[in-house]
Formats: sequence, C-alpha cells, structure tokens
Amino acid sequence: MARLHEYQGKALLSQHGLAIPKGLVITAADDAAPSLAAIGGSAVMKVQAWVTGRKALGGVRFVHTAEEATRAAADMLGMRFGLFPVQDVLVEELVDIERELFVSLTIDDAARAPLLLLDCAGGSGIEDRASAVARIPVSVTDGVDADLLRGVFADAGIEPGQHDALVTAIDTIVATAQSVEARSLEVNPLVVLKDGRVLAADCRVTIDDYAVFRHPELGIEIARELDHPPTALERIAYDIEQADHRGTFYFAQLPVEGVEVSSGLVGFHGAGGGGSMMSMDAVTNEGFTLANFCDTSGNPSVAKVYRAARIILAQPSLQGYFGSGSGVASQEQFHSAYGMAKAFNELGMTLPVVIRLGGNAEDRAVEILEDACAGLPATIEGYRKDDTPAFCAKRFTALVEASDGPTSSDLQRSVPAFVGSAAATSIAIDGGHVWIDTEHCDADLTGRMAGWSSGLLEDDGSGCPQLAVALEDAQAADSEFITCEVECLRAGRPVLFVDLPIAGLDGEDA
Amino acid sequence: MAIIIDETKAVCVQGITGREGRARAKLMRQFGTNVVGGCTPGKGGQDVEGVPVYDTVKEVVDAAGGVDVSVVFVPARLVKSAAIEAIEAGVKLIMLVPDRVPLWDAMAIAEVAAAHGAEFIGPNTLGVISPGRAVLGMIGGRAESAKQWFNEPIAGRTVGVISRSGGMSSSCGYYLSRAGLGVSTICHVGGDSVLGLTFPEVALKFQDDAETDAIVLFGEIGGSMEERLAALMASGQVTKPVIAYIGGKAAKEGTRFSHAGAIIEGNRGTHAGKVEALRQAGATVVESFGDLPAAACAALGVQVPKQEH
Repeated sequence: MARLHEYQGKALLSQHGLAIPKGLVITAADDAAPSLAAIGGSAVMKVQAWVTGRKALGGVRFVHTAEEATRAAADMLGMRFGLFPVQDVLVEELVDIERELFVSLTIDDAARAPLLLLDCAGGSGIEDRASAVARIPVSVTDGVDADLLRGVFADAGIEPGQHDALVTAIDTIVATAQSVEARSLEVNPLVVLKDGRVLAADCRVTIDDYAVFRHPELGIEIARELDHPPTALERIAYDIEQADHRGTFYFAQLPVEGVEVSSGLVGFHGAGGGGSMMSMDAVTNEGFTLANFCDTSGNPSVAKVYRAARIILAQPSLQGYFGSGSGVASQEQFHSAYGMAKAFNELGMTLPVVIRLGGNAEDRAVEILEDACAGLPATIEGYRKDDTPAFCAKRFTALVEASDGPTSSDLQRSVPAFVGSAAATSIAIDGGHVWIDTEHCDADLTGRMAGWSSGLLEDDGSGCPQLAVALEDAQAADSEFITCEVECLRAGRPVLFVDLPIAGLDGEDA
Repeated sequence: MAIIIDETKAVCVQGITGREGRARAKLMRQFGTNVVGGCTPGKGGQDVEGVPVYDTVKEVVDAAGGVDVSVVFVPARLVKSAAIEAIEAGVKLIMLVPDRVPLWDAMAIAEVAAAHGAEFIGPNTLGVISPGRAVLGMIGGRAESAKQWFNEPIAGRTVGVISRSGGMSSSCGYYLSRAGLGVSTICHVGGDSVLGLTFPEVALKFQDDAETDAIVLFGEIGGSMEERLAALMASGQVTKPVIAYIGGKAAKEGTRFSHAGAIIEGNRGTHAGKVEALRQAGATVVESFGDLPAAACAALGVQVPKQEH
C-alpha cells in the first residue's frame, strides 16, 4: 500500500528536520509498559490505522500507569478498521499545546501543481470549516512563498514571534512531501507548544503509486490503493506486473464475504479503466457478483494476459468468466485471445466464458479464442464491437444458467506428458521453458511452426524444429512461443508447450 | 477544421527507435500525419519507416524547419526529461503517451510548459485523432480500422469527443459514427491525476472550431475537470450542446479502478457531484453509456437510427 502510517510519516518529517513528539511503536501488549516507562510515565496511545475520526472510535487513549497502558494496547491490537486489523500502536509523550494548525499538502489537478491547505484554527473538525481554509499555491521548483504564509498567520492573529518557526515547519512539510513524492501529506495538527517549539502531532502520507519505484527506502510492498490488506493473489499479480512492463496489468479482489450472491460469482477480466468500469456495470446489472477487478490493457503481451487469466481463475467458487473492455480497442485483440486460450486449455476449462474482444483484428481474435477452446468442456464465446456489453452480459447469464454447476475450485492446471521428458527439446526463456515434443513433429508442421513463432523456430534439416535465433534473442519471446503453442493446438498437433509456472500459484519454478 | 491535430501539423516522435515509437510512427504516417522526424539519443542518422532519426528534438526542429507537435514514446521515468527537452526546443504542443509517469514529474513538466507558453496532452493518453486528417499517439490502432470506425465531419451533425478513458474515446467515436454523426476530433486527455489539457481547455477549442456542432464527454469520478467545464458552460464560454456520460458510479471511495485520476478522495470528485454540476449548467447527462449516441442525435436534432442488440 502506498499509504504510510502516522509513525512512518513522522519519522520522515523528523529526518527532514521537523520536531515530533518522542514516541515508540509497539506491536504487542507486553511492550506497552516498558514503552510507557521509557517515554516518561504518561503517554497518549494511538492505533496506527487508515481511518478518520480515530479518537471517536476508541483509537486514542491517554494512559498514566503500566496497567492502563497494557490494557489499552491489548484493546487496540484487537481492533479492526474496515478490513485492516490494527498491527501497530504508537506510544507517545504528552505535549503542552498552545496552538493547533491544520496543514495539508495535496495536489491541485486544476492548477497542475501542489497546493497547501492551511487553517490556523486547526485541529479537529476541519471537515466542517472548509471555507476557512487558506489555499496556498506551491511551486515544484520554488516551494511555498513565505510572505503568503506570514500573511495568513497575521490574519489569524498569530504573534509575529512564532512566524519564523511556523514558516520553517511548513517548508519542511513541503520538502518532505516532495522528497518522497507524496500525493498527499497532512499534518493535523501541527502544534505550537507553550515553550514555543513547533511539532508535528499527527501525520498522514500517501505516496504516488507511480513513484514508489524510486523510493525503496519507504519499504512499500505493494503500490496499490486498496481498501483491504493485499491478498496472496494480489501480491502474485503485483509481482508479475513489476517483472513485465509490456502493457498494464492491474488486479484487485473485491469483498465477497457476506455479500449475497444471487446469479453467481464471476471472475472479471477487463481491458482499460473506463471500459472495464462500464462492463462491470453490465455484469452486475445481470445480478452477478464480481470476485475481482482486473485490467490488462495498453497493448499487453500475450504472456501477461495468460498470467492474468490464471490469477483470475485461481480464485475459488467462480461460476463463470466474463471479459470485456471498451469494445473498440486500438490494440490488436488476438494477443489477448492467445493468452486466454492458453490459460483455458491448461486448466481444462469447465466454466462458461464470454469475452468481448471488440477492436482491432477482432474477427481474428474471436476465431482464435473459439477455435482453440473448441475441445474444452466449457462453452467459450467471443464477441465483437457491435455486440454491446449489455448483450454480452445477457448471453453470459444464459450460459451460466445452462451450466451444470462446476466452479473454479475444481480447476487444476495440467501440462502435457512431454514436458520434462528427456526425449523432448527444451528452450529456457524468461520465466520458464519452451518444450517441444520433437518425436511428433514433421517437416510440414515444423514449416508452419516457423511462421507461427515469427521465425524463432526453423527446420533442423530432419523435419524437427530448432531455434532459428541466438538463445538470448529467444529469451524474451514468451509471447511468440505462446502464439505458436495455441496455433499448434488449433492445428490438432499439440507438440509445443510453454511452461510458465507462476510463483506462488504453481509452486517453485520448474 | 479540426482541433489539436490535422494533416498540416509537423510532428516529431521522441523515442522513435523503441518498440512503441517505431510502430506508432508508422501507423501515424499511414493515417495521414505529417511525421517530419524522430529522435532517440545516440541513434541519430538512422531511418525508421522512412522517417529520419536525430539525436535531439532540437535537431528535428532545425532539419524540418519547425515542429508543431512532439509525441513522446519513452519509458515513464524518462518522460520528464524528454518533455522538457521538447519544450525547450520550442515545441508548443507535447503529447505524453506513457502510463505511470510519476505525479511530481508531471507537475514539473506543467511548470516548465507554463513558463514557455507550451501546452501538453497526457500523460497516459491514447492520443488525439481528427478523422480524415491526422492522428497523434495510438488512438484507433491500425489506419484502416481508424478510417472505417470514425466518420469524417458532416455539416450540421458533427461532434467533438473528449474522454478520460482511452478505450472509451474510440468507443465513443465508433458508436457516434454508427449513429450517423460526423466527428471533428477525438481527444483522450489521459487517465492520470495531473494532466496537461483537460476538459475545459479542450472544450474551449471545440467551441472555437467552426466544424464542431456539439461536444460529447466520457467523464469519470475523481478530480475536478467535469465541474470546471460546467463552470465554463454556466458562464457562457462554452455554448455548444454538451452530452456526457460519467463512469464510476458504483466505485467506492478510496479504491482505484485502474485510472490514477479516477479516485474519490473525501467528498471531492463524486459521481453525483459531477452529474449535478453538468446538468445544472445545461448539459445532457445519460445514465447508461449506450444512450450516448441517441442523446447526441437528439441534441443535434438528428433522427436516431435503429440499432440491433
């Protein structure tokens, strides 16, 4: 998650020179008493959670004895906000506050620039005082104009003696946000103590997902905005996306626990954000419950679409598989058809499938999908741009109703017998191996395989395929080999198999 | 006429020797775009599909005697330096195609562009297409598909399309064309939070375009561009009919469905707020995407053809 907890945000501010209250983070109730002693006998304890109004929810407590601290820690570590269990509690010194300010650095999409929101009456209840908040433009190169800040402080009646320290604090907040590339950094409140010191008493930071790669120091595992802790499948999907930059792959599971499933639970495979949202509406209008959101778009590789389909189908209890994007895709749609066809064949697909493949080369895409899957137990149908999402969703309903109830829980991946056999030829590629059952090849088939593999394979002189290019040039050609595999299947000659085990799904690398 | 791109504009392709740059330069030319040169540092002197390659944008500008638009196809982390290079070489319109450009990079580009009086489109844009004229980026894919999908302008019944979704920009163009309408230009502004041209700026260009009779929007939750366009309509700066669909009605606050810009934060950028603002300003907002073509026909006083499925 690209969100940081309060204590993490405060640590960043502190590194940049803004003072913070003395604090310790605990993860077990037993650590509460020693932490309290180290802080100095009295403390405020705060759950580390992404929730607003933490105090009203019992997530903030003032403690003065070891017993109180231990009890508070035990209570707090048993709490859950949304789908997030509380894992950390911050034990922090009490400070003597004279004044509270609300300071928030956010992004102003209209100005295409950072924007500082500042309210000198600060603190809680800021949501109800939106009009009182000063909006101060921030320059990416020059930061905040100190004179503007001083003007706001003066208007709020803050004595001039405090202005310098506050300007410095706000500069530090802006510099911190920029250094970690935050899409928002809120300090609510920024406090002025009775002794004149300025401290960040709370902090919330959200890092820009797209910049997380530049900030390994933040230790962000999954740069995705989700409303739940990442699931095992989401982690696997995220790793795939990080390893393969050909197109975009986004996968998020939706909450299905406690949701009443009427027409059935569905695996969803979208293409493009806007088209996906529209298509999800069409399936839910038919009464289905979506198990996930998934988007493969931006001209994704065949291998990426294959892996996405595998991940979708690794979810249990699905009764069908629905795919649809904008319907008028600029990308050539047969790449997606090849990827899905491979996944469905490996799993011996039993669930009904409807894929709307409208866009460039849609006729070829539909033909590949339907033809390559013709021998499977499931009914698998492809549609084109003139078939509306609503029509495709209705067709899907009909197929699910006609199905005799298999679910994805029963699906198992199988690989052909020649995979791993000494008689077969194997070529190591990124993420796995290409296996060729040379015993069942002949000159005619090998000639066709040369074409299907975009010239990566050639006849070795005896009618068997061999690599036509240097090994390193074949390494990244997973997609071309999958294309060849699916075409071999369509020709009724399954002599080539691309084994791309997915770490976490298929055990360790083969 | 058309907005943003037509066959007369001199276009440079940055990153022309890469996978996407190479493929798209070819497709743009096939559709009619005047691609005058491309660049990749260290690859000067090469030739990609008949387009001369230089090391820098400046060299393309000098060799071609000026560049109107530079289209950037480089990895996301290099987009900032590529865009700034083009702006500093004097190019006044930059298109940023890549996805995943860091937000602070986009804001840095915006600051440099503003200082130089330059505009940019994107990041994360599929492109802009003016049917019958020229295309920027990768909208429409193959030239023959794009020619088949999108009608050229038709007097009295021509729409301009602005979309926050790439795929849906093509969809809008296709279904509006099937309904018998002409299309002046389709502009995908991009899916990110911070973008160059947004709905208000593009709508003002359509307002000034004699060929465009109405403006069709594919909006989304998040951000403020639908509300800002509504304000332009309310103040009388955009007077052409506006027909809109806003996606993401079912999306929950704080969960992102692909587009970085399509996220509701607090009470900003909600579906209801956008629909209300546009309706108040006089726009037609349809509840279902499938109703968009008929609503556009109605706004233009054109009979709606019968549709199958």
